[in-house]
Amino acid sequence: MIWKIFLFLLLCFVSIAGISFPIVENPQAWYEFPFIKGLEENAKIIFFHVPTAWLTVIAFLMTAVYSVQYLRKKNLDDDAKSYAAAQLGIIFCILATVTGAVWAKFAWGSFWSWDPRQTSIFVLLLIYGAWFALRSSIESEEKRATLSSVYAIIAFVTVPFFIFIMPRIMTGLHPGSADDTNAGPVINFKMNGNMQLIFFLSLIGFTILYFWMWRLGYKSIIYRDKLNRQLIIPTRSGQGG
Amino acid sequence: MKSLALFKKDLNSELRTRYAINALAMFIIVTLSIILFSIGNERISQSLTGGLFWVVIFFTSMSGLSRVFVSEEERGTSLTLQLIAAPSTVFSGKLLFNLILVFAMNTIIAILYSALFEAFVLRNFALFLVSFILGNIGLAFASTIIAAIISKAGAKGTLYPVLSFPILLPLILTSVQLTLFAMNGTSFETAKFELAIVVCYDVIILTVSYMLFDFIWKE
Amino acid sequence: MSEYSLVAESVNKTFGRRLIFRDINFKLNSSTIFGISGPNGSGKSTLVKIIANIISPSSGKLVHSINGTEIKPEKLHNYIGLVSPYLVLYDEFTAYENLNYFSEIRGISFDKEKVDELLNKFLLFNRKDDLVKTYSSGMKQRLKFIFALMHSPQLIILDEPTSNLDDEGKEVVYQLVKEEGSRNVVIVASNEKTDLNLCTNKIDLNDYKV
Repeated sequence: MIWKIFLFLLLCFVSIAGISFPIVENPQAWYEFPFIKGLEENAKIIFFHVPTAWLTVIAFLMTAVYSVQYLRKKNLDDDAKSYAAAQLGIIFCILATVTGAVWAKFAWGSFWSWDPRQTSIFVLLLIYGAWFALRSSIESEEKRATLSSVYAIIAFVTVPFFIFIMPRIMTGLHPGSADDTNAGPVINFKMNGNMQLIFFLSLIGFTILYFWMWRLGYKSIIYRDKLNRQLIIPTRSGQGG
Repeated sequence: MKSLALFKKDLNSELRTRYAINALAMFIIVTLSIILFSIGNERISQSLTGGLFWVVIFFTSMSGLSRVFVSEEERGTSLTLQLIAAPSTVFSGKLLFNLILVFAMNTIIAILYSALFEAFVLRNFALFLVSFILGNIGLAFASTIIAAIISKAGAKGTLYPVLSFPILLPLILTSVQLTLFAMNGTSFETAKFELAIVVCYDVIILTVSYMLFDFIWKE
Repeated sequence: MSEYSLVAESVNKTFGRRLIFRDINFKLNSSTIFGISGPNGSGKSTLVKIIANIISPSSGKLVHSINGTEIKPEKLHNYIGLVSPYLVLYDEFTAYENLNYFSEIRGISFDKEKVDELLNKFLLFNRKDDLVKTYSSGMKQRLKFIFALMHSPQLIILDEPTSNLDDEGKEVVYQLVKEEGSRNVVIVASNEKTDLNLCTNKIDLNDYKV
């Protein structure tokens, strides 16, 4: 219980601090953020956008890990874990896409410009979408778990290719984007100490929040399955002959 | 050569039933004419031509390459195959069939395409040939394993492009880039990185497919 | 004379979280006729598929061995012959083509003499060059027996062997069970009392539900 209160206070602090601390030319007080050229007030999105993108990747990784685990042990609990991770993954993926697009509108002038990172998050969104579409088309629990695990692993091994090809391909498709000096919301600008502190507190806070939600998610799936099994009269039919 | 025997069976069956060939042939015509109609009298840029080439290939692939597994599953003969062959034999046979199909289909597309689009001029033909072959191999590998997945899932037709697109995207993006290089007459030296990417993609997809096919095939 | 043995060690099967059967144990050697009975939906076909290595058990295992050495799973299919209602042969080929492709895919040479003998036995010889799609359901059932026997398997699994067959066909099947049962392992899964009459030992799947 204590850590839940701690998490609540942490996220409250991060939200308030991230939004309300002023950005000034020469930060003196502990609550002042530095002025970063080219980003200005837009810099504050980093406290909320980066954690969502980070959790999208964590969830994707966990989906793949529990898929491997399922194929090895054939334990449906592992499938529930990867499903819960993917559910959160797609939520954070949408949040990251939207917050990123809003930021891009103010920083780059348009919501979407097929920057390498925007494209990567879009591909992750496509993969999550495909994964859920695949799951919803399969009735049998075991088949669903097996096939979606296989697909998650195949998707997982192809994603790294984007890291290598995006920077080269994008210049090919969109010659304009290479000249953009602000290309990509890369964290190569100078943050001062308190900004970094709040950034990492936010990252930690969101990560704890994610794991808490994930535990709740997979446990409720497992309990729901157990309840269903008790409620449905065991008909034994279906597969037998 | 058990997988070769399976390939022969599939080829013969295809020649009699024409499940995939008809769909593929019609799709080539349909996608090409849609593009031609929508362009009208406009002169389209070179880079657009290179991209559209792979659009035609992608949609045509999605119409016919899932047949190898879906036709067995629909008729209930996949159980028969399980009784007479090891999973690796089945996968190799089906892979071989799709490889041949992809090569035949894409060669026809390439010929038609260069005849119909004036802007599609290849200055470095050797580079195009190498990237075309590598791209086709990757396309056949990825589409075969996805076909195996969807054949075991419920909604077969619509699901195939949805599942394939994110998996094929790295390959298609790199192949588009390579095609543009070939059209610009870029040397092999410059295209080295992209070619390496496609080779890696082919190898990784093939390895993963063989590792995972057992799980898909044996319920 | 090779000695085949099949051992089931506490085989369980659940679909999702629903139990089909649990803790099935048996040991079969060559020259056995083993019967599996149980009402519709009791999991006979599921057990048959597990024995034929088509689906895996949820827990427990099956050990197939020949002359004391265990057969690798990827080689197992050539030791097994299966006849079942859910088995489907290729409609677009003739009976002969079907059988020819099957032996090629199995990687064994096509034994024309044996196939002709089996075709004669199951009264299909005159129709061997007709497409399977022109066959009646009884003829298809008889062709499945040829499919199951043409590679001389040591483990013959018959799931509802007499469905769709006329009296004459049934008689051929019973003869065959007797004949094969004197050399090999024959497993018969059925509801029909007469199918199970020849069995030397039996299990009833209703006893494996709790």
